[in-house]
Amino acid sequence: METVTLTIKKTPTLMLEAEAISPDGLAGKSLDQIKALPVHMGREQFTIGEYFDVTGATSATAGETKVVVKGDLSRVKYLGTKMSAGELVIEGNADMYVGAWMSGGKLTAKGSVDGFAGTGMKGGELLIEGNAGNYLGSAYRGDWRGMQAGLIRVKGNVGSDTGYFMNGGEIIIEGNADVHVGTHAEGGKIVIKGNAKSRVGGQMVEGTIILFGTVDVMMPGFKYIGDEEIEVDGQKTVMSAYIGDLGERHRKRKGESVYGKLYLAKAAPADAGASRDARLARAREAKKARFVPVEGTTSA
Amino acid sequence: MAEYLIKNGFVFDPVTGVKGDKKDVAIRDGKIVDSVSSSAKVYDAAGKTVMAGAVEVHAHVAGPKVNEGRNYRPEDKLFGTRVRDSKDTRMTGGFSIPTTFKTGYSYAKMGYTVVMEAAMPPLYARHVHEEMRDTPIIDQGAFPVFGNNWFVLEYLKNNEVENTAAYIAWLLRASKGYAVKVVNPGGTEAWAWGLNCLSVNDPVPYFDITPAQIVKGLIEANEYLGLPHSIHIHANNLGNPGNFQTTLDTFKLAEGYKTNNKFGREQTMHHTHVQFHSYGGDNWGNFESKADAIMDYVNANPNLTIDTGNVTLDETTTMTADGPFEHHLTELNHLKWANVDVELETAAGIVPYVYSPDIKVCAIQWAIGLELALLAKDPMRCFITTDHPNAGPFTRYPRIMKWLMSKESRDERLNTFKHADKVISSTLLAGLDREITFYELAQMTRAGPAKALGLAGTYGGLAPGMDADVVVYDINPEGPFTGEDIERAFTDASLVFKTGTLVVENGRVINNGNKRTLWVDAKVNENAQVMRDVEEKFLKYYSVSLKNYEVQGHHYIPNPYAIEVDATSEV
Amino acid sequence: MAKTVTDVICPFCGTLCDDLEVQVSDDGTKILEVYNACAIGAEKFLHSQAKDRITRPRMQQEDGSYKEVSYDEAVEYTAQMLAKAKKPLMYGWSSTSCEAQSVGHEIAEAVGGVVDNTATVCHGSSLIAIQDVGIPSCTLGEVKNRADLVVFWGCNPSHAHPRHLSRYSIFPRGFFTGKGHKGRKMIVVDPRNTDTMKMADVGLQLEQGRDYELLSALRVAFRGEDLPDVVAGIPKERIYEAAEMMKNARFGVIFFGMGVTQSLGKNHNIDIAIMVTKDLNEFTKFSIIAMRGHYNVTGSGAVLGWQFGFPFATDLSRGFARYNPGETTSNDLLRRDECDAVFVLGSDPGAHFPISSVRKIAHLPSVAVDPHITPTTEISKLHVPVAFVGIEVGGCCYRMDNVPIESRKVVEPPEGMMTDTDFLARVRDRVVELKAQAPVGTQSTAEAQGA
Repeated sequence: METVTLTIKKTPTLMLEAEAISPDGLAGKSLDQIKALPVHMGREQFTIGEYFDVTGATSATAGETKVVVKGDLSRVKYLGTKMSAGELVIEGNADMYVGAWMSGGKLTAKGSVDGFAGTGMKGGELLIEGNAGNYLGSAYRGDWRGMQAGLIRVKGNVGSDTGYFMNGGEIIIEGNADVHVGTHAEGGKIVIKGNAKSRVGGQMVEGTIILFGTVDVMMPGFKYIGDEEIEVDGQKTVMSAYIGDLGERHRKRKGESVYGKLYLAKAAPADAGASRDARLARAREAKKARFVPVEGTTSA
Repeated sequence: MAEYLIKNGFVFDPVTGVKGDKKDVAIRDGKIVDSVSSSAKVYDAAGKTVMAGAVEVHAHVAGPKVNEGRNYRPEDKLFGTRVRDSKDTRMTGGFSIPTTFKTGYSYAKMGYTVVMEAAMPPLYARHVHEEMRDTPIIDQGAFPVFGNNWFVLEYLKNNEVENTAAYIAWLLRASKGYAVKVVNPGGTEAWAWGLNCLSVNDPVPYFDITPAQIVKGLIEANEYLGLPHSIHIHANNLGNPGNFQTTLDTFKLAEGYKTNNKFGREQTMHHTHVQFHSYGGDNWGNFESKADAIMDYVNANPNLTIDTGNVTLDETTTMTADGPFEHHLTELNHLKWANVDVELETAAGIVPYVYSPDIKVCAIQWAIGLELALLAKDPMRCFITTDHPNAGPFTRYPRIMKWLMSKESRDERLNTFKHADKVISSTLLAGLDREITFYELAQMTRAGPAKALGLAGTYGGLAPGMDADVVVYDINPEGPFTGEDIERAFTDASLVFKTGTLVVENGRVINNGNKRTLWVDAKVNENAQVMRDVEEKFLKYYSVSLKNYEVQGHHYIPNPYAIEVDATSEV
Repeated sequence: MAKTVTDVICPFCGTLCDDLEVQVSDDGTKILEVYNACAIGAEKFLHSQAKDRITRPRMQQEDGSYKEVSYDEAVEYTAQMLAKAKKPLMYGWSSTSCEAQSVGHEIAEAVGGVVDNTATVCHGSSLIAIQDVGIPSCTLGEVKNRADLVVFWGCNPSHAHPRHLSRYSIFPRGFFTGKGHKGRKMIVVDPRNTDTMKMADVGLQLEQGRDYELLSALRVAFRGEDLPDVVAGIPKERIYEAAEMMKNARFGVIFFGMGVTQSLGKNHNIDIAIMVTKDLNEFTKFSIIAMRGHYNVTGSGAVLGWQFGFPFATDLSRGFARYNPGETTSNDLLRRDECDAVFVLGSDPGAHFPISSVRKIAHLPSVAVDPHITPTTEISKLHVPVAFVGIEVGGCCYRMDNVPIESRKVVEPPEGMMTDTDFLARVRDRVVELKAQAPVGTQSTAEAQGA
């Protein structure tokens, strides 16, 4: 396996769109050919060579090519988009669409990534060592076919809408998740080792969500069905099992309705009084926070 | 004086009866002429096929439901978008529901120069016209829907044909519409209460009228007016197993009526996307083709024309004024459902659909569409459509042509379906050896639809005096060629002239053309009762005022082509 | 002597009332009186008559003062700014005609701009929800003629859409609704006890930000499943009761507003409200309609849709259209420093955007086209006043239910003032000249979204 290294030379003034940077985009190309590949900023087209130092070499195929991207990539979009094989290592923070529509290979982001990472993912492995933004492992707008297969693991926290319209594969979040986890899911598995905010599993048709931490408000359409032992990362745990969303349509298999499953740490949830107190406390905090200028708006 | 001469091509023109002879086609100032001067610009079409511009009889390409389809399907535009052809053309996008610019350009590249928008809700007529204005090159007209309109229901309940005709004339003018479209007669009004009419005798809630009465009354009114096109119907019970009987019942409603028009039109009923109406069986398990029963009737009854509605085996977006059907569909596939009910007039629904070659029903639907065309004895009465985008995008026409013109190509497709055995046993297609000829193709896509629309004097042919819509395809009809050659040649024409202007050269759009909007200006005797009824309904039941209803002005129709009909002498 | 113009369209809110009567001075220059309009609509007409109205473009000077410039200079400045930018944001488009929007899009296509409208801070979340789950809907006349149950969720039409209740939803007598409001039931859901809620048969005053949970609970109730005792602060008995009312309606409709589109979860609240509506169509007939704000924001979405395929937040920078709220939306572009010029027409982001975004606009090259002096014009380098659409120039507009209506000209604009369509057409022509040597988009076969 050959390794080609791209080191960013200057901070793009607007966001740089660099969908060429993936094992698929670079495999079989000489360094000069790579330097001549297009990157885009607004309506203007530049070359990889204008923004990156390129060293090392590639193999003939994506599967035999490792791409390492270095420097502050927080203003670079589309890294590893549509990659199908090989390896991509992003050594700094990166912007949106990291590993979007990827179908194979291994992508490691050593820093944090912005929104839409792993959008419409079909296979491969996406490891994010920092935090991920909103819409991790989700569907593109309007598509009912979200993440199909593959594995996403985030060491840090994630934004809202993780696994939106998820159909398959697995997302493991070692930190906390913002609102709307697994909304509209029809398959796949999401594990949250930290805490979740409200709206876990809303409109879920099928699939599994495992939440080790707390959730402040449960969806009304989840029903406790007993305790079950489950295994995550080799650890076995007995958890409270719920089915839902009972407000959503469900398929029948062999005459039985198939529901989404939500596992919660025993005794963690469902204490309405406690969660209300927690929420009121947060509301007070939020009120205070309003006196400080808010930076930016929301995701959508 | 702009003169062109297209030399040495193999010409196929049913209007002049030319069947592949090597001939020259001469163009002067936008018209076909017998000959041109020596200063004419000459194009050599040797070894190539020459036809008139093709005429689309039924497609959903402009208006509120088409646009809702675009706007609610960003995923339809996610990949595959290309930058524009040249700096003179506009940006394009979309697959199953292309943008207006892509619609115009894609039709033009395939050699289509006239396209009829198949369903215009009159209250939204401005929207339809705004979109058609932004659809370059092709001439277009739109069919306002009448089959669930309260005026029509109330007049026809009492057999008031003359009042119905006066109202039709008024609404064609107000909406700048072209023909009388009927979609699920009565069923769409029933849908306003969540109900449907599944046979021609199902009464419409409250209005006390049946679909059969609506259809017969509209045929009478249409012929009373002498409109260029006949009524254009999408019958009740679309898309359901066993519906071929409803279709035959609907066909029979046209029996006994005579055409009355000055345009050379011979049919009294055009039934659209018949593929969706030719189903046997009584559930999805024993679903089968009844194309033979349908085509036996069509072949024996010259008062009918049809179009096919071929399934193309793509992911597409279904959309129709048949509101209850779309609700039925979303209950089946659970994909996103948009619906709009339009006060006093109609409704529409939209649901994405994936016609998968791995699903038996989809493959049978594919076969039925081809069977209809292959069983048609008179290609002048059977036109190729996909009911775009319902059975597939219009951009797949060349692929349908491939399947119709090459038995080898369609057998290859048929035999590789996942459930090929079941598909073959539920359809007739494997036993059909016919290959549509270039001449028959010209009948099915040019002369036939132009005649059915009452436009035979202008479009669909190469006779002197007709509009110079001329297409050159890079395929030698004397062969040899494969199915793939057919698909390639008909996708990107070598040359397309639209009203004498070269708009496409070697598959690239080079000119935005001189688009016109067709509408029918029908004159009737003054009818005080109808005008009183119009005023009353606007005052009491519409949410817009009468004075804000009529579509007028340059913004909507910069280049109108009004076809005049005088029905005043009837009384 | 005065003359009266009838059937005038009100260019204020998405209700697009078209029955106004406007009394105009005989010479056609002054509006004397406005009839049938609500207070806000009437004010809009009368405001156009203000004596101190700005009638010529103004350029901000280094010291913050303004200098009057000619329209020619304004056209040149605007064209140069847009042509030089790599990714200009072209925002607004909601208080203008479809004709103007169309010309604006030609410019955006030529300069590789991002076209976004006020949906971005309003009903964009509804548009996202529609993209995810569709929308069963109807025209406002259907509501008038058939509805016997009307739900207002997170909206307060008594104040925001003043004539909605009388023209379409509660009071009118229609074909199947001869008893008017006596034949209609009204449910209002809102965290506040609004004036609209005070009129309701059933008022559900829910906890702030728990609309999603309450809507989900209704779906659970429709399916006959068990509910927790209290959801979103509402006892389950009341939820079951509301669910039964909805199932038993003959023709029901939900109107929803900013209370759900811009609170926690945003598009998800609309998404699940749509699913509530879809569920109800298994029992009866139900529709759902967004209470759109600006009078022609719907038109902007329509024109963008047929020209490029997306209803807002449309990025044309690379020669093909892309769309992804969260990325191509105005506030995200400003927040992330992803645009390098701002052109505003037919909206007031200075008043409606977060202050952090407004600061970004203030630091970028910027042009605001607006008949009024607004917070946006005050932070823009160039302010171009134009004639009022729907008062001084006609044009096509789309009502909140997508019905297109041609607005009317009732008076002449002040002498020498341009319309926005005229101004845009001149900017377009100049941009095309400037761009003649460098067409937008790379002539490669690059695909959207990479690869």
